[in-house]
This record gives sequence, C-alpha cells and structure tokens, in this order.
Amino acid sequence: MIDLRAITRTVRLPDDRMLHILRGVDLTVATGEHVAVVGRSGTGKSTLLNLLGLLDAPTDGEYLLEGVPVSRLSNRARTLRRGADFGFVFQQFNLLPGRTVLENVVAPLMYAKGREFWRRRTLAAQMLDRVGLGDRLDAMPERLSGGEQQRIAIARALVRGPRVILADEPTGALDVQTGQVVMDLLDSVAAETGAALVTITHDLSVAARAQRVYRLADGVLVPLDLGTAGAEWVGDVPTAVGAAARPRELAPPVPREPAHREPAEPAAPAPDQQPAARHDGGERR
Amino acid sequence: MSGFVGAVLEAWDELRIHKVRVLLSLIGVAVAVTAITGVTAAVAMLKQGFAEQADRYNGRPVTLMVNAYSSTGPATSAAQTATYDAAYQQALARYSITWASRTQQTMAPFRFPQGTQTVPINAVDPAYGAIYRTRVIEGRWFTPEDEKAFAPVLVVNQAFLTQLGVADLRSHPTVQLGDAVTATIIGVQPEQWSGESPTAFVLYDQLTHWYQVDPTMGQALPTLAMWVPTDQVDGLSSHLVRDMKAAVPGLQVDVQDNRTWGGGELDSATKWIGLGVGGFALLLGGLGLVNISLTTVRYRIREIGIRRSFGATSGRVFFGVMMESVVATVVAGLAGVVLAVVLLKNLPIDRVFGGGLQDIPPFPVSAALVGMAAATGVGALAGIIPALVAVRVKVIDAIRY
Repeated sequence: MIDLRAITRTVRLPDDRMLHILRGVDLTVATGEHVAVVGRSGTGKSTLLNLLGLLDAPTDGEYLLEGVPVSRLSNRARTLRRGADFGFVFQQFNLLPGRTVLENVVAPLMYAKGREFWRRRTLAAQMLDRVGLGDRLDAMPERLSGGEQQRIAIARALVRGPRVILADEPTGALDVQTGQVVMDLLDSVAAETGAALVTITHDLSVAARAQRVYRLADGVLVPLDLGTAGAEWVGDVPTAVGAAARPRELAPPVPREPAHREPAEPAAPAPDQQPAARHDGGERR
Repeated sequence: MSGFVGAVLEAWDELRIHKVRVLLSLIGVAVAVTAITGVTAAVAMLKQGFAEQADRYNGRPVTLMVNAYSSTGPATSAAQTATYDAAYQQALARYSITWASRTQQTMAPFRFPQGTQTVPINAVDPAYGAIYRTRVIEGRWFTPEDEKAFAPVLVVNQAFLTQLGVADLRSHPTVQLGDAVTATIIGVQPEQWSGESPTAFVLYDQLTHWYQVDPTMGQALPTLAMWVPTDQVDGLSSHLVRDMKAAVPGLQVDVQDNRTWGGGELDSATKWIGLGVGGFALLLGGLGLVNISLTTVRYRIREIGIRRSFGATSGRVFFGVMMESVVATVVAGLAGVVLAVVLLKNLPIDRVFGGGLQDIPPFPVSAALVGMAAATGVGALAGIIPALVAVRVKVIDAIRY
C-alpha cells in the first residue's frame, strides 16, 4: 500500500547549511501490517511519519501510495486522501480544546461527505463505545486521565475508517501500564478494521508488537532485529525502557495476522472486556 | 452541500465554545452597527423634523397662496369681499380642493385683567391646522363643528393665557372680544420664543360673524391657502388666477406656491457627516475585530494543524475562519440593529425636535439593511486576514505549535 523509494528530506538552516533529516529511506507497508520505527530523538522519526501521512513532502525520492506517485497529486487531492486514508495518533493526544469527547471524535467526520457526514454523531458515538468511552460522550477531555485521552485520540483517528494508522509515540505521555492498554486497544482496533499501523516509538515494548521493526539513525532507515540487537539498542535508549519492562521489550515480535490476529500481549485483557478506568491509573476528575 | 454545512457548523461551534472572546470582539461591531443604523434612521427623522418645521412657516408642499388686492386705492368694499369669498368657495368645489383655508391677519381688542389690549389675530379655517402643522400643547385645534358654535372659540398662545391670568384650560377660560362678545379658549399653542406677545387664532367665519374687522388694521381680503397635489400645481395656479380675477374685476390677483421656498431639506453635508460618523465607528469596530481574530487564529494554530491532519483543505480552513467572522458579525449586526431600533423608539422626540414630530417616520427598513450589510461586509473583510494567516500555516509546524 505504501512504498517509499530512496526518500530524502533536507531543510535549509538559518545559517544556510543544509540539514539532511532523511537519507535514502526505503520502506514498504502492506495493508493490515504493523510496522514500528524506533530511534533516538532528532533522528527524523516524526519527519518520516509526516511524509507517510502526506503532511510533508520529500525533497527527493518517490512515494507511491497504492501505486500512485504522491508527487502527482495536487495539494487538495493529498489533503483529501490524508483525511480519508490516514488516521493520526499523537504523543500529546492533540485533542481539540473546549470540545467534548464526542465533539472531538466528530471533528474528522466534519470533512467527510455523504452519509459519513450526516451520521457523524452516531459514528463517533459507536467508535467511542468501541474504545470503552461510550459513557463519556459529553465529558470534557481535559478532565479525563491520560489513558482515556489517548483512547479518545485513537477513536478520532479511526472514526473515518482509515487504511493506515500513523501513531507518533502513542504511549510517550503515558505510564507503562496505561501504555500497554492503549497499545492493546490500538492493535486490536487496527486488526479489526484491517488498517496498517505504523508506530514510531522510543519504547521497545511497543516496537516489539510490530511485525517489522526499523531503526532510524542519522536519517538512514535499517531493519532491526530486536532479538539480536536488543542489548545494544537498550543502551541507546536509557530513559524509555524501565528495568522491569526490559525482558519483555526484548522479546521477539508477536506475528500479526490482520483482522484475525490474537492480541499481542495475551496476558493483557482486551479493552472491550476491561473497563478502562481500572487500567488508566484512575481518572483525574 | 455537506462541505458548506460542515463549515457553517464548525464556525458556529467555534463561536459557541469561545463565547466570551466572541462577545468581547463583537461589542465593537454591534455598537458600530447601532451607530450606523441609528444615524441612518436619525437622519430620516431629522429630515422629517426639518420638513415639519418648514411646513409650519410655509405650509405643506405644495401650498398655493392666492392674494387679491387693490392696486389703485384703498380698501375693498363689503360687496367685493363677499364676491371674493363666493369665488373662493366655487373654486374649492370646482377643483375638488379639500385642504384649504382663508387666512386673514388682523388685530382685535381683548379684555384682560389689566385692561383691554389689541392683539394680533389670525382668522383661519379649521384646515389651516393641517396645512401648517399647527401644534397645541393644551386643549385642541379647531374642528368644523366649532364653526357652528354660538360663541367664537380661540386658540391662543401661552403668552395670551398668561396675560389672562389663567394657568391652564381646566377652568374653560373665556375672554371678551371687542365690547360684547365672549370667546372661549379651546387650545393653547407653545411659546415660540421668549418674551412673545399674546396672539390668537380665531375661525374666519366666526370672526366676521361676531366682530366687525377694521380693514385698516390688517389685510383687507384673506389669503387663500390651498394644499394641492404637486402634479396639479401649475394648472391650478393659472386657473385660480383666471377665476378669481373674473370674480372680482379691478383687483389684482396673484398666486404663489411654496415649492421654491426651501428650508425643509436636510443639508446634504449634515447627512454625510452623520453617515461618516457611523461609517467611521464601523471601521473602528472592524479593526478591533481583525485584531482579535488575528490573535485568536495564532492561538488556534495548533488546532488548525490538527484539523488539516483530518483532511481539512486549505479552502475549507479559509472558508471556516472567514465564516466564523461573518457568522459572528451577522449576529452582532442583528443585535446592533435591534439596539438601534430600541434606542430610536425610546428617543425623547419632544426634547430633540423641540416639540416633537407630528408624523414620526417608521424605523427605516433601509437603515436596518444598511446596518446588516455593513456588519456582514465588515465580518468578511475582518475574516480575510486571519483566514489567510490560517491557510499559510504549515501543517507540521502547526501541529507542533
């Protein structure tokens, strides 16, 4: 579905020097696949995600979306495809201030057409119910816990039925346990909808859920085998990996079958079966 | 369709969520719209005030005044007066003139507590009140029924009443006219300037019936005032001259009309100054709105970025931000127009126009439309700059903002 070929991204700094953020990145993501990209801060992970989500354009190279070069699409066409095909989950949730939980999830549907637009509140309520927030429709997000806020963000990312979910540090602002619950949810909903999931993370336990893991270093994307390179990698990311979580983070990735996949962490209950409040570290209201 | 509805709903949501900010930013616009609408309506009232003021001196447009006089010698005879009066009545019937009055200015003696005093009087017909918009502050003006009264009735000015030692009309005051006739005062006119001397209006037929007018004390023959339709003035003028000359041969007859006397038009400079003040207020309100909108858009850059990630096209973002401004100013414009209507309906017209207007013009629809159009225009203009800023934001920068 996604095919990046020798993508580079370069920006000119204020002192006229060129900063090479991405250097010849090749990446393919198939429908329903889960891919993780790990790397230190400042290595270009978010830039790669922005390119994938059509928020940014490469300096060089070719980006094929379902076989069509993205460079041939007009700005408007790119924007419309972004709305229809991509769902974004951000580290800081990026919920719209002043809006209720329901209004936040309705927001992407405001740019949809036809039945999707006119049934927006029903669709949003159904999606919130699916992520375990069916009883929080009229709550204000800022009064909910971080885990609940991220679940709102996930519902919002999925409400238009995207074909690709782009998650930028989805657990970065959450504690370990809540992060696992959120990732369980993201994995299960992505699997149910058959959407591809591209996760950018510092957290190896999050990366370990993916079928393929890549490491981005100095703008170069290389495959990473967590089973063999884990110890070296842990040394690279001292803050994101807690000692207690380390053995599991280094476990080999769980094979993932789109749409019929078992949860990545069998020990963790599915979100639909577990009230979120028990896993989110409590509510702040 | 869904795109347009979505943009309007988004704009409305934005206003709903940021009520306080919107309210603060729109106070200026609402006040400005009140100003421009109020000024437009006030100009209409002022115009009416000027017109009524002119009518009091010159008669309503168009009033013809027929004067007959002897060019050779002294006063006219009683027979000539009777013939002249008959010709006048015939002319009214022939040309179907319904609003007409004889007007004879003369002097008559009245007995006041201090003694008899000769007072200027104006002998008129009841229609004079409508033609010259006469005002009474107490009592009433003459009616046709008064002509059948068994004693003359008077409408006097405030100075007359004061001279008579009477405070008001509750006691139905009377005054002796000449030697033996008692006249009843039925109405009081306001004082037009301080130190005014006593004057009185009396019905023409009653005066000639009850009192022997001294022809040396004023007009020998009454002026005939006729309020006629504008498109008939020219034809009527020549016919009246011809008819009256034929009726009283030997007398000079002329007809004047008040079309060119002026005085009733509002100075166009005044009009434009009024509208200019309103327009300037609107400009200031609009600038305030631009300022707050720009600040708000910068504050909302992250939100705009997030919306772009949902698939909001730049056109949609532009339209949405502009719609916020337009929807807000339309609401503010509506509030401003309502405020202007309320203010003008409660305006102390007596104080502003020195005695009030007889025919208060309705609140002009054009003023309301001008106000609403101005508000919408300001909203669109004030929305363009923030909308351009919103569109130029780079999505990836906006999300991180």
